[in-house]
Amino acid sequence: MKKLAYDLVVIGGGPAGLASALEAKRNGVKKILICERAPYLGGILNQCIHNGFGLSYFKEELTGPEYAERFITEVEKTDIDVKLGTMVLEILEDKQIIAVNRKDGMFIVETKATILAMGCRERTRGALTIPGERPAGVMTAGAAQNYVNLEGYIPGKEVVILGSGDIGLIMARRLTLEGVNVKGVLEVMPYSTGLVRNKVQCLDDFGIPLLLSHTITEIHGKDRVEGVTIAAVDEKLQPIEGTEQYISCDTLLLSVGLIPENELTNKLGCEMDRVTKGPIVNEKRITNIPWVFACGNVLHVHDLVDNVTQEAEIAGKAAAALITGKMNDEEKIVEVTHDKNIGYVLPQHFDALNNQDKVVKFFLRVKNPDEDIKLVVKDNSEKVLMNVKKSIVEPGTMITFNLPRQFVTKDTSSIDISIAREQAE
Amino acid sequence: MKTDVLIIGGGVIGASIAHQLAKYNMDIILVEKASDVCMGTSKANSAMIHSGFNIKGDTLKGKLALEANKVIKQLCDDLSVGYIKPLGSITVGFEESDLERMKGTFENGTKNGIKGMKLLNQKELHEMEPNLNPEAKYGLYEPETGIINPFEFTVALAENAVINGAKVLLETEVLDVMVENKKVKGVKTNKGDIETKVIINAAGLYADKIANMVEDIDFEIKPRKGEYFLYDKKWRGILNHPIYSAPTKVSKGMIIVPTVDGNLLAGSNAETIDDTTDLATSSKALNGIYGNTISHLFPQLPRMGDVITTFAGLRAASTNEDFIIEPAKTVAGFINVAGIQSPGLTSAPAIAMMVEGLVREADHDLDFASRPNYEKGRQAPVVLADLPYEERTALIEKNPDFGEIVCRCESISKGEIKKAIHRPIPATNIDAVKRRVRAGMGRCQGGFCGPKVLDILSEELKISPLEVTQKGDKSFVLASRNKELSLEEGDRNYEKISI
Repeated sequence: MKKLAYDLVVIGGGPAGLASALEAKRNGVKKILICERAPYLGGILNQCIHNGFGLSYFKEELTGPEYAERFITEVEKTDIDVKLGTMVLEILEDKQIIAVNRKDGMFIVETKATILAMGCRERTRGALTIPGERPAGVMTAGAAQNYVNLEGYIPGKEVVILGSGDIGLIMARRLTLEGVNVKGVLEVMPYSTGLVRNKVQCLDDFGIPLLLSHTITEIHGKDRVEGVTIAAVDEKLQPIEGTEQYISCDTLLLSVGLIPENELTNKLGCEMDRVTKGPIVNEKRITNIPWVFACGNVLHVHDLVDNVTQEAEIAGKAAAALITGKMNDEEKIVEVTHDKNIGYVLPQHFDALNNQDKVVKFFLRVKNPDEDIKLVVKDNSEKVLMNVKKSIVEPGTMITFNLPRQFVTKDTSSIDISIAREQAE
Repeated sequence: MKTDVLIIGGGVIGASIAHQLAKYNMDIILVEKASDVCMGTSKANSAMIHSGFNIKGDTLKGKLALEANKVIKQLCDDLSVGYIKPLGSITVGFEESDLERMKGTFENGTKNGIKGMKLLNQKELHEMEPNLNPEAKYGLYEPETGIINPFEFTVALAENAVINGAKVLLETEVLDVMVENKKVKGVKTNKGDIETKVIINAAGLYADKIANMVEDIDFEIKPRKGEYFLYDKKWRGILNHPIYSAPTKVSKGMIIVPTVDGNLLAGSNAETIDDTTDLATSSKALNGIYGNTISHLFPQLPRMGDVITTFAGLRAASTNEDFIIEPAKTVAGFINVAGIQSPGLTSAPAIAMMVEGLVREADHDLDFASRPNYEKGRQAPVVLADLPYEERTALIEKNPDFGEIVCRCESISKGEIKKAIHRPIPATNIDAVKRRVRAGMGRCQGGFCGPKVLDILSEELKISPLEVTQKGDKSFVLASRNKELSLEEGDRNYEKISI
């Protein structure tokens, strides 16, 4: 088996992998390898041919492939090695990575650090246990996007979409433009789970109904989907008897959530977060294994690629600090907790002694849509460190804020983030 | 077309019979109406090799299951089929009344010659199965139960038959049986007539319909539906043995059982239905199985989320509740193998041997001399993930397709998929590939590899991507090329959902 040696191996050549590798390069890492399982770089952005990428990072509106191209061009200008069509099979505890491709066969890479950037996958019909028959024509919105945008084929002529996740909304518009009758989008929650702009631009502008608090109770069809039974749901998300309606269609697209793809992470034994389904990390995106970093959708599912890039740069910079010996040896952990109105906060803890960054950048998602709230950040002595006001919050949109490090003292052992009503104060 | 023996049905029973008769110097044709073998009852069941401890030994099905247990290990070794035995099993009870019935099962198993069975007290039970619901009180341990992959088993049997000269005709449906002078003459199929000396009816759910083409019959196949949950591999470690819930008067009890591939299978209910094509799951049944059995035995197992899929299978139960393996009453050369419900998968090798005896009686002119150059095995498919890294390297050097991973969840290479498409029983659609190599069987359920497998099928079978199906017949995955739809003439329906 061939043996290679690198300072840093980045697993995944999508937006997170590309940005983290570039940032590591900028910060002085010499030998970097990106392993990408697809035959091209850019990851899922390649099939996201719609616009709306880069508004915050580049301050201009790009398509997915254009956004990826910016980073791919940068990587090509460097001496970062890229292995395409390469699947990483295992990360060993002794800093060895085992991968496979057509050209090299099986090979081992010895490394000083690795950045996990494998992205995420879509939740399936099976995971939801939607009852009914099992015909062809039930697929995830992402698979349909692959067929239409990369392969040039349309999966069906009359489509119902379950779930208001962003890919589903994007595909509602994309298929409508192809002449497909998208009959409607069903969302089990009482609010849309995707970005507001996608609901407006992909559904409202094309007259596609969004049915909130609705789900699919049965799939019909022997060979190919012939229809679905839909029903309204109650507060417990259970179908309400008597509200069932049969909708004929030949395709059911699922856009019911994304799950970080952490097979390698789990096998390696990283500590995982039950909510994000990604590893637990500190503000430098280090997992509990000191040479393993994670960023992008493998860590938690992001709303915008711009946020992925920002996070990847944090991980890339930190990996560089470790490899070039600039990481502080000692660490004082400050735990981050939150109240029940918040879905999750990332990072889950941070290092009080880290003096390289002036702020700790937090990413979080709320559990329910709300208006006129503030995020209250308190330390372990109940002292309010800061308030972050928000006029509108919703689970589909990630909230980011920076906590200035000067607020953290030597006595800070934890901070807590909660939601308070603006008027109540 | 002409043959000596014609087998109707490519399930595990038909394939076992083809495998058994292929040892002899005769022509064999197996016809199957679906696009693959193992498409009916054989593919959707508990995948267990029942030891027979909980089956009545004086029934035909009990007798055959016990006999099959003696030969199945060797058969699986010969055919390179993964078979895990003995795992044993534990029947779990919560109530005093459960214990009473378990004592009955213990006696039954002892009578059937199963050694090493043991009634467990609460402490012993939880030592053997530490993750079990703490409220479980009684256990019955039995050491002989095994598990198998029914697709692999059926495909292997059929492949071995083909290697030994049998013909397997897929998508070939028997429309009528031709009888002349009270003796079978052949069958009419959608692909033409086939003349034969002997017909074996192993048509599973359709065995009554086929039998009725020959004479009046006194049995009926009543499909009995059972629904299952298939759990993610990460739950495999929750149990050490296949677990039975305590038996009831009518059922051996529900099971939670590991699969050969390391998933966890849980089910099933039993609902008698009329429609032999009704494979729909229902939330009522799934909720029942989860609420009454799964969450009762292992409260940690979730209702959804870590579920790979849910599915239904139809058991081909006959109205007299036992296997029917006998010649037709009024026509010579016709053998019914009907009503093969549980433990049919287990019994298959013994059923095949019994059928051989009936074939010998049915036609004395058949040549039962050994087939020249008989092969008892088959070339085992390469399973890359099972090989040590060095061996994989050597394989990839010879064939780079083995270095291209297509299914990321199960680490399946393009080489393995291509081979499956060109085996003696070829995989010609996406689900057929999945059943053979597990591409699409993992967590993403084909979300990522589906389009790639479709491409490979299109390339290898030299058909358009539009012609590739999910599971044969008209189960096309794609509808048209981009742009074609918007250029189509005529009015189309653009009606939206309204409530």
